[in-house]
Amino acid sequence: MSGLLQEIASKALGLGTPLSVHLDITYRCNERCVHCYLDHQDHGELTTREIKNLLAQLAEAGVFFLTLSGGEILLRKDFFEILTYARRLTFCVKLKSNAIMIQEPEARRIRDLGVESIQVSIYSHRPEVHDGITKIQGSLKRSVDAIRFLKSYGLKVIIANVLMSQNRQDYPGVRALAAELGVECTLDPTVTPKMDGDRSVLSLNVDSASLEQVFRDQALFGNVSATCAPSTEPDDADMGSLPCSAGHTSCYISPYGDVYPCVQFPLPSGNIRSHRFLDIWQNSAQLKDVRSIRLRDLTSCSNCVHGSACTRCPGLAYLEGNMRGPSIQDCEKSFARTGVPSENLLSRKASAGSLVQIQGAS
Amino acid sequence: MSQNLYVVRSSAVAARKLGAEMLIMSGRDSTLFTLDEVATIIWESASGLVTLEEIIALKICPEYDVEHAVAVRDAETMAEELAKHGIMHISRGPIFDSEAPIGATR
Repeated sequence: MSGLLQEIASKALGLGTPLSVHLDITYRCNERCVHCYLDHQDHGELTTREIKNLLAQLAEAGVFFLTLSGGEILLRKDFFEILTYARRLTFCVKLKSNAIMIQEPEARRIRDLGVESIQVSIYSHRPEVHDGITKIQGSLKRSVDAIRFLKSYGLKVIIANVLMSQNRQDYPGVRALAAELGVECTLDPTVTPKMDGDRSVLSLNVDSASLEQVFRDQALFGNVSATCAPSTEPDDADMGSLPCSAGHTSCYISPYGDVYPCVQFPLPSGNIRSHRFLDIWQNSAQLKDVRSIRLRDLTSCSNCVHGSACTRCPGLAYLEGNMRGPSIQDCEKSFARTGVPSENLLSRKASAGSLVQIQGAS
Repeated sequence: MSQNLYVVRSSAVAARKLGAEMLIMSGRDSTLFTLDEVATIIWESASGLVTLEEIIALKICPEYDVEHAVAVRDAETMAEELAKHGIMHISRGPIFDSEAPIGATR
């Protein structure tokens, strides 16, 4: 995060302003990605009118960064009406799409509406791998063609590359493709549980050896020895720090109007069909609870050597059963990065060991 | 000496007030700006139909301890800087079309 952005986030935190909102306008999708965390059935999406009303409320609440995502955003017939309205309200709009419905006219319209950036998911540079993950034949070609259209109109495009067992060796190829297209590329080595708590998709996560390989890739991290250096013990300042921006300066809203701290933190905190957004943002007991959490309150994490540098996601911890607990996926990342097991991994190992002893004694 | 400029906000930017300051993201290159309290008042008043001099006289001088000529000069410098980034348009006459795309000449 740039210095100015950090300064702005800090000011927003002090003012209690929701600086960023991620709004999924649909969960429907024209791809069927094997790792997706969503239920693609429409269970009663917000109408055009409800979304416009919500956007007006978000602008009034001070939201600046608005991410429109899904599902596939272009499956909504009113997508451009929503986008036009959002830009009229002067949001800084970021889009997330698989882009397979974007051709030259759509790219031009998106450019004309002053969108800040568009993130497109690309899983591999090899069609058989990418299309195997999306379950749509020809999807890589269509997404890449769309990126070329968007680039030709001067739009900022970011390729999002989620790493999983199927494509664990392909990220250098995706990065090369991004370089050829002249776009940015981000890599996320985390497959997350489904929003309903189903953890079956976690079996798609890359193994620890692949994770270790990623963290030791100089092309990704530059100074690998600094990235992978063991963490320092958390100090008093770390103990009082906030886990992340979820619920503090940002939140997530589902296509059904449910407000959550973050898309990865599905703690129901209110619904905009029954309450005004600002009322939920300011008064939700759940959001207040999330805001009360500091590192010192976290069981095991507060005693962990990785406490100051861990990327612990409170949403993943929540999905594991305790938002004040550790997130095993982040423990594994800290371990892969540094070779030092977290407090949580050590205690799991210890309890697994004692279980074996009990079995042996019986 | 004042140039009696008309100014209008570009419609291609993102903008939101945070406290007394204005956050602005340039649509041209995603550069993020913050305007201080006085610059925010000028930004909010930049409708294209009033001059910078009028904005200073009506909105700034009554509220802040500043000489009119000095404030106009500072505001012109700010407007020219913002125009370079495509987030404000400047003209010697009234501007009726605030929807013109970034980079349009006037």
